[in-house]
Amino acid sequence: MQITADHVIRFLQLVAERVKEQRDYLTKLDAAIGDADHGVNLDRGFSTVMSKLPTATDRSISGLLKLTGMTLISTVGGASGPLYGTAFLRAGTAIGDRATIGAEELIAALSAALDGIQTRGKATRGEKTMIDAIAPAIDTLKEQYAASGDLLVAMRAAVAACEQGMIATEPMLATKGRASYLGERSIGHRDPGAASAYLMAQALLETIERAAQG
Amino acid sequence: MKKLINAPENVVKEALAGMAIAHADLIQVHFDPDYIVRVGAPHNKVGVISGGGSGHEPMHGGFVGYGMLDAACPGAVFTSPVPDQMLAATKAVNAGKGVLHVVKNYTGDVMNFEMAAELAAAEGIEVASVITNDDVAVENSTWTAGRRGVGVTVLLEKIVGAAAEAGADLATCKAIAERVNANGRSMGMALTPCTVPQAGKPGFELAEDEMEVGIGIHGEPGRRREKLAPARDIAEMLAGPILEDLPFKSGDAVLAFVNGMGGTPLIELYVMYNELARILKDRNITIARSLVGSYITSLEMAGVSFTLLRLDDEMIKLWDAPVHTPALRWGM
Repeated sequence: MQITADHVIRFLQLVAERVKEQRDYLTKLDAAIGDADHGVNLDRGFSTVMSKLPTATDRSISGLLKLTGMTLISTVGGASGPLYGTAFLRAGTAIGDRATIGAEELIAALSAALDGIQTRGKATRGEKTMIDAIAPAIDTLKEQYAASGDLLVAMRAAVAACEQGMIATEPMLATKGRASYLGERSIGHRDPGAASAYLMAQALLETIERAAQG
Repeated sequence: MKKLINAPENVVKEALAGMAIAHADLIQVHFDPDYIVRVGAPHNKVGVISGGGSGHEPMHGGFVGYGMLDAACPGAVFTSPVPDQMLAATKAVNAGKGVLHVVKNYTGDVMNFEMAAELAAAEGIEVASVITNDDVAVENSTWTAGRRGVGVTVLLEKIVGAAAEAGADLATCKAIAERVNANGRSMGMALTPCTVPQAGKPGFELAEDEMEVGIGIHGEPGRRREKLAPARDIAEMLAGPILEDLPFKSGDAVLAFVNGMGGTPLIELYVMYNELARILKDRNITIARSLVGSYITSLEMAGVSFTLLRLDDEMIKLWDAPVHTPALRWGM
């Protein structure tokens, strides 16, 4: 199975749709432990990505991912702008000038994206951030792909791990980001960044399912 | 939600447009990327810029002008600005003597300013940064994103702005800024929450007889909720942790800053100032300078924050130096 630039466009469209649909849910999560703007900010960012896609000159996979990254950095603000922006930029750089990518390149690109988030955010696992959803997903993706050689099987397991990771942020004490100021009161709330990361993982799975169908 | 707005998504741009017209003698507003810049920029000195989410007015845009900031970058309400804004503002105020970025310690602000500083450096502009983190309500900074930047930011912008105006170089400006941050401490509380226009609902809820102690400036809840108390008790609750933290000692001279959170009448701020003055007098701490008013706000939140800054002679001189901005003006 090969992922093409058209698949990437479909992925970005799915993310934009889901973020718009879940805007109030993400904002509500953020109101509980942050500053009530996560859904609004991400929706602004991905809506701008959608408006730029039709006229993008570099329509390669890396070109599209870099355009997305730069747009998120320029429009989202907060912490999620630089974090997701850096993730898309790093993924684009990892893919380079390949016209299509297979499972191994996809896994490498996602790993590069996670590295970017960890470097920019100076965060690790267990601090109640998006990393707690993304890192176990990538671990599972690697393990399951190594075991089965089937990207779709591995991706389904990865999205399940992502969901588990997102849910696992609920009992965590936040030690990074604005939620950390609440101390003990951050416990019992789902991290909004983990929730938006899960939306993106679901969109990626749907894109791969589509690609697998040819 | 009852607000004097046309549409939630247009609040920031329309407010900037209004500011530009109201203070055309002092500032200009550039849109896309959005920044407020002092008229006549760049001036032949170190540039001083700041930025942060909107909703804290007059900070930071109201402090652009003679003797304070050269530019300010407003983000969406309670959302840090993006690197494009700081990069454009940095270029606009750079006179070849370098640019100081004044950044409040919030994860998003720090990351976005960091990216802008990297981009500016890549274009050959010398950038130094100072991060304010004066909020003592954040008790365990090892296990959090660190103390938030609050009231000290206002005092720092005035003091370092005066130093830059007087011709101090970038390293000196940074050192003065760091000294101000190191000697200042703050803590705030809220009587009511506030509503981000695009969220439409308050960030948290407070019963009629409750208050939130240790709030930040983004409508986020504080560290603990308590029953409402008389002003003198609230003043003790805020001043105590501030005094113990530095610590401020008998014989110190301070700048006492009593700040309204946006929805607090001045009459209540003076009640609180009276209490703070009593507390300081009891500890033999001299109020050498004072500032009372709503300068770093959280939309319509009712509440107050105290900031104490231990002063030295140079800081006093720089504080007293002339300033002319939309929100602070004296000596000219």
